[in-house]
Amino acid sequence: MDISRRRLLVLLPAAAVAWKFVLAGTPDAAPNYKLSEHWWAMLIDIPKCIGCGSCVRACAEENDVPEGYYRTWIERYHVADWKIERPEVESPNGGKQGFPAHAEDGGKNFFVPKLCNHCVDSPCTQVCPVGATFVTPDGVVLVDKSYCLGCRYCVQACPYGCRFLNPKTNTAEKCTLCYHRIVKGLTTACCEVCPTGARQLADLKNPKDPIHEFLRTHTVQVLKPHMATGAKVFYNGMDGSVR
Amino acid sequence: MSSIIAAWKNLGYQRALRNFGRRTRRAGIGSHLFKDIEHLVRLAAVMAIALVAFVLLRAAVVPHSFGQYGHYRGAAIGEVASRPIAFAGHETCEACHTDVVEQKKLGKHVVVACEACHGALAKHADDPSSVHPKKLDTAVVCARCHEANSAKPKGFPQVATADHSGGLACDTCHQPHRPKIETEKTETAKMVTEGKK
Repeated sequence: MDISRRRLLVLLPAAAVAWKFVLAGTPDAAPNYKLSEHWWAMLIDIPKCIGCGSCVRACAEENDVPEGYYRTWIERYHVADWKIERPEVESPNGGKQGFPAHAEDGGKNFFVPKLCNHCVDSPCTQVCPVGATFVTPDGVVLVDKSYCLGCRYCVQACPYGCRFLNPKTNTAEKCTLCYHRIVKGLTTACCEVCPTGARQLADLKNPKDPIHEFLRTHTVQVLKPHMATGAKVFYNGMDGSVR
Repeated sequence: MSSIIAAWKNLGYQRALRNFGRRTRRAGIGSHLFKDIEHLVRLAAVMAIALVAFVLLRAAVVPHSFGQYGHYRGAAIGEVASRPIAFAGHETCEACHTDVVEQKKLGKHVVVACEACHGALAKHADDPSSVHPKKLDTAVVCARCHEANSAKPKGFPQVATADHSGGLACDTCHQPHRPKIETEKTETAKMVTEGKK
């Protein structure tokens, strides 16, 4: 290739400008965050949950969740004596305003907070026909609002009932694990406000995360393990009646 | 449509194609297989144009970041991450409200984050002088956690508020940041914090 002196003089400043852009890189919301260094999960300690509904309210406020829809919710279980296969489950308004006091009704009563399990082999992602939902390299299941057609396949596919169609945007919506917070080094809104520490955000790729010690020393279960979804929301002290 | 056909004829492509066929036959290249080769050439040309059109259209329509990490638009991750936060996080609150931190350390509420009761206050943290948090009604806020319910863990302090206080605000007796009533110690703690101010 032959470059004349005149051509070189024109090209040099152009190259300098281009190189400046290469060095600067693309501006990012969280410049120090590396996708490959994290693998997000959550730990839920059922014996600690008091059903106060702080998480549900915080989630709605943080993520602008429409009234009557829930990205996270709390269920109150009542298991009468031996009827472990027929628990009575209630979740008035998703537990957003807490739960009414019950007369002592015998049996076993407890709260179970629920949210997206951010499955590794997530059924919702597999059924999306347009690639609008996906598992990020750091293990969070997200929805691309601009790609979602609102076909509701994912809503039906999720075995945990964690998805809904936003009535304003008509696109699928779900827990993002407060992705906009965790990339900034903050915890999720629900974990932030949980007064008893029943919810803990966990980074499975961080060897210093207390989750590893907890998983080693406790009897931990995921929801619907027979579905083999690779759920990453771990429940401690979960009763067999929980669905 | 007729004008397009006329233009096509004028350009003499058909004659050129016929000549191309004759030449190949005369040369004896595949004279049996490609008897009327101009048809094949025409078809190949159409397919080539279609292929180029497809490639160009695909490049224009599919977003650049599609397939960056998988079968989805990679830029969507950044879009989700760019949402502003509503809850500032207790570390942010504690940077200024050191007196409250000292109070909370003395009681059981040390584990309760500020915004669990006070609500989302990232706006206040961004602009403390103009955005002020609301004063809380302790009769409502405390009951959210401490109202008795048989499904709550047995060790968790719970009261039936109607019997316990009769609707009176909890902070009439309890100090929310350090709820256990220990008159003497509370007085000392108050003196400590006021002295620090």
